Amino acid sequence: MKTWLAFWSGIFKNNPTFRLVLGLCPTLAVTTSLENALGMGLAASFVLVCSNGLVSALRKVIPAAVHIPCYIVIIATFVTAVDLLMQAYLPALSESLGIFIPLIVVNCIILGRAEAFACKNGVVESLADGLGTGVGFTLALALVAAVREILGAGSLTVWGDIAIKNVYSDTVVLAILPAGGFITLGLLLALINHLGAVQARRRGAPPPLPVNLDCRHCTLCPNGK
Amino acid sequence: MLPKQTAERYILSSSPHAHADASTSRIMLDVIIALLPALCCGVYFFGLRALILTGTCIAACLVTEGLCRLAMKRENTIGDLSAVVTGLLLALNLPPDLPVWMAAVGGVFAIGFAKQVFGGLGYNPFNPALSARAFMLISFTGAMTTWSSSAWTLSAGSTEAVTTATPLALIKKGAEGFDWSQAALIKDLFIGNVNGCIGEVSALALLIGAVYLLVRKVITWHIPVAFIGTVFLYAMFKGGVPPLVHVLSGGCVIGACFMATDYVTSPITAKGKLIFGCGCGLITMLIRTAPTGAYPEGVSFSILIMNALTPLINRFTQPKPFGKVKK
Repeated sequence: MKTWLAFWSGIFKNNPTFRLVLGLCPTLAVTTSLENALGMGLAASFVLVCSNGLVSALRKVIPAAVHIPCYIVIIATFVTAVDLLMQAYLPALSESLGIFIPLIVVNCIILGRAEAFACKNGVVESLADGLGTGVGFTLALALVAAVREILGAGSLTVWGDIAIKNVYSDTVVLAILPAGGFITLGLLLALINHLGAVQARRRGAPPPLPVNLDCRHCTLCPNGK
Repeated sequence: MLPKQTAERYILSSSPHAHADASTSRIMLDVIIALLPALCCGVYFFGLRALILTGTCIAACLVTEGLCRLAMKRENTIGDLSAVVTGLLLALNLPPDLPVWMAAVGGVFAIGFAKQVFGGLGYNPFNPALSARAFMLISFTGAMTTWSSSAWTLSAGSTEAVTTATPLALIKKGAEGFDWSQAALIKDLFIGNVNGCIGEVSALALLIGAVYLLVRKVITWHIPVAFIGTVFLYAMFKGGVPPLVHVLSGGCVIGACFMATDYVTSPITAKGKLIFGCGCGLITMLIRTAPTGAYPEGVSFSILIMNALTPLINRFTQPKPFGKVKK
């Protein structure tokens, strides 16, 4: 039961992109196409599951004073493995993701899950948590990327197969530029916060607040009153 | 502006108790009136198509404004006419041959993304019409830089090369042996018989509108004078194309008089306005004369960049309270 909960919480309740707003650098940088987003999401998920499992297995061995360096070494090991594997078997994807694969080492989602979950829980739960968070991250990246690719390039490509082609000729090029990444992510965040608020209202509970939002200083909605 | 019931009661507020017939809708109406000559010129030079585009932009802005306020469950602000001004300004900054749906998308972006997401009029950090123009210039680059409606040909010089280009594109290209100082060119630029966006071509019509705004005290002279003055001085010291051509071509006049003077996104104090205008003029000329840049025109980008600096300018030009002792 706890394992199941740990898995689902990573996808919806604690979705790393939309709920915790973590790991924004890859979210904004690689979501120019669905293919890149899926590649990034799967690579990060692999690292997340492996590092969560290993950190959890070693949690009684790692001395508290040097736990962060130990986590970084573990994470860096798996990232290097992913990087080399991708270079060997998926050279095109590795090329287009570029520096962002090595940068998974400093992705705060992975270090965050190791610090917040894996070092306190058993191996099975930690693996489930890593898998759930990874799936949640991948889905979030895919959602952002799908919106941006359809708007900006007028197509949707998955592993070389073009799912949707040339919806329209005059595409909104801004969507696949960096500014479009911020706008798309902002709109999706707003939408998901809104859906969360609607759901909470139906249950009769106060709406869940976005991370770091302080209602006392904002007059935009009646929440603060 | 207070709602009517409240306004009719007695209100105790701090001095000064000066009464002015100024409200958001009155100021916006003045801006609309001031833009009418430019719109008429646009329709005269580019035909009915310009009017259709303008109508589309205004309609898109009004509908978006209404829907956004409805979705946010806040009071309807269509009546303050600010959406009409945004739509009109946006349309005047579009090329006359733009597909109508693109103009509508621009209108939706101007109100929905550049204004209402920040909380509506008074909260937007960037000029909505210019944000939409920048968005469209980047997104629909081809359509936004196609100029073919007006049959602009110079009375002298290499005619076939310039029929589908704006004067600024020609400057950027560095047309060799072209006589920039001929009187006919200056006259065409002043009257508006050139290629360009619907409302930016006629400096004369824009200046009539600007004088109206100055007389009505809707705007002050600081930003337009600093903006145009900086452009003029920069072009004078740079040499080559005469400064008057730089001032009269492109969006310089409409930008300086109508876009940069937007209350929400420009500094409050006179000193701040001068800094703001100079900055706009400087960035405009840097973009226009950059040898490697892709854009022949920089007015919209320069105003957007200075919009971002407005809070900083306001902070540095904060007037000293009367009687405050210097530490």
